[in-house]
Formats: sequence, C-alpha cells, structure tokens
Amino acid sequence: MSATAFSLKEWIFTTDHKRVGVLYLIGSLAAFLLAGIMAMLMRAELTTVGPTVTTNPNAYNVWLYFHGAAMILGYQIPALTGFFANYYVPLMIGAKDVAFPRVNALSVWLYWMGIVLALLTFVIPDPPDIMWTGYPPYSSEFSPGNTSFYTFVVLLIGFSSIAGGINFITTIIKMRAPGITWNNLNIFIWSILAAFTLQIIFVPVLGVAVTLLSFDKYLGTNFFKAAAGGSSLIYENLFWFYSHPAVYVILLPAVGIIYEIVATFTRNRIFNYKMVVYGGFWGTVLLSGVVWAHHIYVSGMPNWIVILQVFTSLLISVPVGLLMVGLLGTLYKGAIEFRTPMLYASGFLFLFLIGGLTGIPNAMSGIYQQIHGTYWITGHFHYVMALSVTSAIIGGVYYIFPKLTGKMYKESLGKLSFILFIIGVNVTFFPWFIMGINGMPRRYYDYQQFPQFEGLQQLSTAGAVIIALSMLVVLIAWLHGLIAGEKSSDNPWGSKSLEWTHTVSPPPPGNFSEIPKLTADWSPYNYGRKQEEGKKIDEEL
Amino acid sequence: MRCKHYFASIIVSLSLSFLFINNLYAKGIADPAEGWNHLWYELMVDIIIIGVIFAVLTLYLLLRYRRKQPDEEGQGPELSPLAALGWALIPTFIFLADDIFLGAKNFELWNKYRNIPENAYAINLESAMWSWEFNYPEGIKATNELRVPAGEPIMLKMTSRDVVHNLFIPEYKVKWEIRPGTMDTIWFYPKKTGEYVMTCVEFCGVLHSSMHGKVIVMQKDEFSKWIETEKNKIK
Repeated sequence: MSATAFSLKEWIFTTDHKRVGVLYLIGSLAAFLLAGIMAMLMRAELTTVGPTVTTNPNAYNVWLYFHGAAMILGYQIPALTGFFANYYVPLMIGAKDVAFPRVNALSVWLYWMGIVLALLTFVIPDPPDIMWTGYPPYSSEFSPGNTSFYTFVVLLIGFSSIAGGINFITTIIKMRAPGITWNNLNIFIWSILAAFTLQIIFVPVLGVAVTLLSFDKYLGTNFFKAAAGGSSLIYENLFWFYSHPAVYVILLPAVGIIYEIVATFTRNRIFNYKMVVYGGFWGTVLLSGVVWAHHIYVSGMPNWIVILQVFTSLLISVPVGLLMVGLLGTLYKGAIEFRTPMLYASGFLFLFLIGGLTGIPNAMSGIYQQIHGTYWITGHFHYVMALSVTSAIIGGVYYIFPKLTGKMYKESLGKLSFILFIIGVNVTFFPWFIMGINGMPRRYYDYQQFPQFEGLQQLSTAGAVIIALSMLVVLIAWLHGLIAGEKSSDNPWGSKSLEWTHTVSPPPPGNFSEIPKLTADWSPYNYGRKQEEGKKIDEEL
Repeated sequence: MRCKHYFASIIVSLSLSFLFINNLYAKGIADPAEGWNHLWYELMVDIIIIGVIFAVLTLYLLLRYRRKQPDEEGQGPELSPLAALGWALIPTFIFLADDIFLGAKNFELWNKYRNIPENAYAINLESAMWSWEFNYPEGIKATNELRVPAGEPIMLKMTSRDVVHNLFIPEYKVKWEIRPGTMDTIWFYPKKTGEYVMTCVEFCGVLHSSMHGKVIVMQKDEFSKWIETEKNKIK
C-alpha cells in the first residue's frame, strides 16, 4: 500500500509477502461470508420440523457441503497459514520477504483458482452434495453430483498449502535476522512451523484419497467398490489420517496468534516458553498422526487400533493442556489492558476450554457409541474450530489492523462486535451439546423423528442471527477504520515484537530500511522492567 | 538383581490386572447402555470439575492483573530451569493420570459393547437408500420396523446394499456403520416395552434424514405370538 496509485495488475502479479497475505485475507473473508450465508440458510431451514425454506433436501445438502468445505479449506486454513503467516513471518523474523517470493505468488493463485472452482458449485447443474468428508461409495458411485469439483478444489488448495509449507519452513530456518535464535523466536512463528510441518506430511494423503474418488467415479477403477474387492473403509482411514492433523493446522496458528495478543496486552513474558514450544506445539505435532481412528471408532476398525488410539487421542489433552497452562501463566502478574484484540483472546480462553473438554468424550470409543454423528460432535468442533479459531482470526485482524492499514479502528465498534459475538456463539452452539447427547443426528435436513428438539433448534437459530449481527459490526468496524480511521502510530500497543518496533505502519516493500541486528538478550517478550526504570528510560528518550 | 526385581513386579501387576479384567467378564450379561450412562455421569463430573477450576482461575487472573498505569509492564516470573521443568511435568502428569483413568474406564465399557452374549437373538439387517430391511431367523421379513422381545439380548448382523449407512438407536446408546461387502454385528439389551427411534447417522444421499424407523419392544409372549402369525402368513 504505497503512495502510488492503485494498480490491479500490481496486486495480481505481486510477489510482496504483505500483498500476497492481503490477497489471502480477501479470499478467506469472502469464503467465510459465503459459508456463513449457507449456515444462515441451514439454520432457517431447521427452525421448524419439516420443510421451512426449501422443500428440496438436496439444496440443503449442497449448502452443508459448501459450508463445511469452504469454512475449512477456503476460510480457516488460508486465513491462518495464508494471511497471518504471510504477513507476520518475514516481519517477525526480520526478513525482507519470504525465501521464494514467486512460489508464494503461485500459492495464492492456486488458492484463488480453488475458490473460483468452489464457487462454480452454485453455477453447475449437478453440484456436489457429498459433505466435506466425501465418503465413498456414495461419492464415488451413487451421488448425482459432480464429485470431480470436490477433488479438484482439494487438489488446488492442497498444492497451494504444500508450496506455502516449503516456502515458510525454508524462510523460518534460513532467513532469521542476526540475533534471532530458536530460543527467542515469536510463539506465532513456532506455531506456523508446526502447522506447515503437518501440512507437508499429511496433505498428500488427502490428495491421494480424493483423487482415488474421482478415479473410481470417472475412470472405472474399484478402489472403494466392495463388490470388486475394494473397501470404503480405506478412504475413511486416508481421509481422517489427513483431516485430524488438519484440525491442528488450524488450531496451532490460532493459538499462536492468541499468544501474541496476550503477550502484548499483558506486557508480560511468555510463561515457560520452552514448555509451550516443545510440549505444546511439538507435542501436538507428534501425536497428531496417531489419533485419526477416533473419527471412525464405529466403522468396524480392528480392536487393536481402537484400543491404541483411545489412549493416543486422550493424550492430546496433555500438549493442549500445556498450551492452556502457558496462556494462563502469561496472564499471571501481567498488566492486562482490555482492548478489542485482548477481549477476543479472553473469549478464546473460555470457548477453547469448553471445546477442549467436550472433546474428551470423543476420544473414548465406548462413549462414542452415543455421540458419533450427532450434534455433540458438531457442537464440539464448532467450539474448537469455528468459535475459538474465529475469535483468534478476528481478534488477530483487529490486532494487526494498525500495522496493516496505518490506521486505527474504532474501539467502541470493536468492543460491541465482541459482545455480540460471545453472546451469539454460546446461544447458537451450546444447545447443540444438549441435542447431541439426546440423539439429534448431524447433517439432517429434517428431523420429524426428533420433534422434541424443535425449541432448541429455534434457540440456536436465534443465536445465529446475533452472530450475523456481530459479523456485520466487525465489517463496519474494519471498513470504517480503513476509510475514516485515525492515523495510528507505528507501535500503538507498545509491543516489543519486531514487526512493531523496527518498522513503520504499514511497512514498505522490503519491510525494514536495513536488516535488524539484535543483541543476544533481545526477545519479542522482553517485558518486566521495573516501574522506575521504565520512567527513566522514557525520560531519556 | 534390581532389574529382575522390576520385571517380577511388572509381571505380577500385569497378571493381577488380567485377573481383574477377566472378573468383569464373568458377571453375566452386562448391559452396555447402563454402562454408558454410568461412565457418562463420571465423565461429566470429571470434565465439569476441570472446567470450573480452569474457568475460575482464568476469570480471576483476567480481573486481578488489570493495567493500572499506562506504562505499567507485566512482572511475570522468570523461571529457573528446575521450575520450568516442574511447571511442564506436573501438569503433564495430572492430565496423564486423568487420561489413563478414563482410558481404562472406557475399555470396561468397550468390552461390554464388543462382547456379544452367546444367547443373543440374531436378526439380519440389510440397509439400502433409504430403508432398513430386517430378516428374522424364522424367515420373517420386516421393513423399518424392528420388533424384539423384552428382556433378551438382541444381535444385529448388518450389511448394506449400496452406500455406507449407520444404524443409531439413541435409547440403547448404540450405533455402528453398515457398509457394503462386510457383515458387522452390534447388540443391545431391550428391557422395557415401548417404541423407540432408530435412524441413520451417516450421510447417504438426498433422503438421509428420512431414513428412520422404529424399534418395537414387546412382551416375550406377545412377541412369540407375532412370530407365529407372521410365519403363518408366509406359508
């Protein structure tokens, strides 16, 4: 965003990591908006038993397919590993750009192609209706929809992720400014390193699984066709072998953002840095590859896998618990200021607590007999992925807003958006646990066999309206800040992190006038000077 | 010498735990639904205690350490290596202990689900888009209505004609995926007479949410009468 006139060509062909990041942000917010509209349509449909807004169950199924696929592949992964990673990583490690700027541009192009292809869902005559999980043999033999669209959207966005992964891992290992070591790296950088490690290992598996779906459907192979010796259980294994780690690809950077916000607004050092990094982030990475079976406990898996993965799945509570201990420890003796980003971070602490604890039953194969495939599961992963992560993303954008635009959003609008958000999400999603535990199945267009849940469904829809309002306020706050916001200083939060202390807002191409040289005792969390010392330093300045 | 000592103690404790688990099997028919209710209760107590502790602590920290002066900075402790290790290991072991406890409890329940009583009354189920077809050992066929006698363990031998379905009976806390080409079994233990919902919980196409039926639990003698009349109909 230089002083020169706006040029679309410059934006499309940009290799500047900040602009690439913004392209990711625009795409992911668009996907979020569309997936949100689908969610509102579904909530409207569910307000009464029987048909409400449409008499065509297929329409509902397509909304649901789009909602799931767009939220995960179009909104969350690109917002976190696309926008935040692109914008923050070079700034936080004191680099001029990423290691391979052109590969970076390729990543964002592939992502946009994926988005365009996904949007064609609403144009083509037979849109996919196979849910974001795409289980065969429905998707590979029986569905009237075009499974190929699903396959190619996943492949495009998957390639984008792999290219991004190689780029960012190289950047983080090779391009840190002198003085930035593995012991004073920003927590967010660690979370990105962990997330992309997962992407590089597991995305190919998903790519294989969805490619085989289309092979079966269009080329006549029989990978998943039982009558010809195939097995649909193989797909479920392959799919969840990626898709459970995908949860951490989304969660870890979100936790990373929350750590940055909490450190800045408590002006406190990270509590037990090494525990957070090695125990929390890398512990999660270590376990993530051996827990997929808890999605398919009731699919006829061999008992020995079930028994093994009950334990590994329960063990996830250890690294995730350590991440929580680190966050709470950072609050301890902090100097907390409740600006909008910090409010969202506080909201995250509670939403993630509910989401995490309601995940414990999901690890237990016996308990799972009742809750698999019900609103309990959707309630759990909406608390973890939709709510916690969205509060990290929205809070994170508020946090980065002055750096991104050079202007300040209006604090009152920010706070209003948070209050509506926290009320709306709990009214919408908490009733799901109650319905789920009493047997309400997910992915239901109609629930005439469970008329007792009509009241809770209506409550949930009412909550969704509040969420929609809060998102409207978020949009207004950002647009207002962008157009009419007051000019912000380079470091309005008083952070010690490099992106705030060593460059202007917004940063110019190349980020820093010269590569920062940092002393051995530098840390992005170097807070905690005594009150008097602080005054002295201020006077000297 | 020491090594031997450890080995001996491990072997003894392993065999004791096997005896304990075997003992669980010996107690006649264990109803999974009852086991589920029991474990669910324990689990909720466990989760709510952890949740309340964390929530209260979070709220306290957020309210207690607010910034008073604009230039105030946090005074968080710098941990010594030993304290850092302690702060990592102690929470780890607390979480770990709870995990192992829950994991062990889960196996008890999982065994109840997976050990089908030998005297169970076996009915074949073939699912298709979008209905359930039951075949009784007496040669009777029924669609979307599963009549069973009260007080007898019921086993379903299930396969699918087309796509993956999933039979779910909320009343008996039981569900299992039904897929083409394989025969999977589940069991449940109806005790009270009445009508209960069964429904599909794996997405199976346009009418997925309409794929439901009823489990009708009858008195034993009524059930035998029903079997007889249905048999006569076939003849």
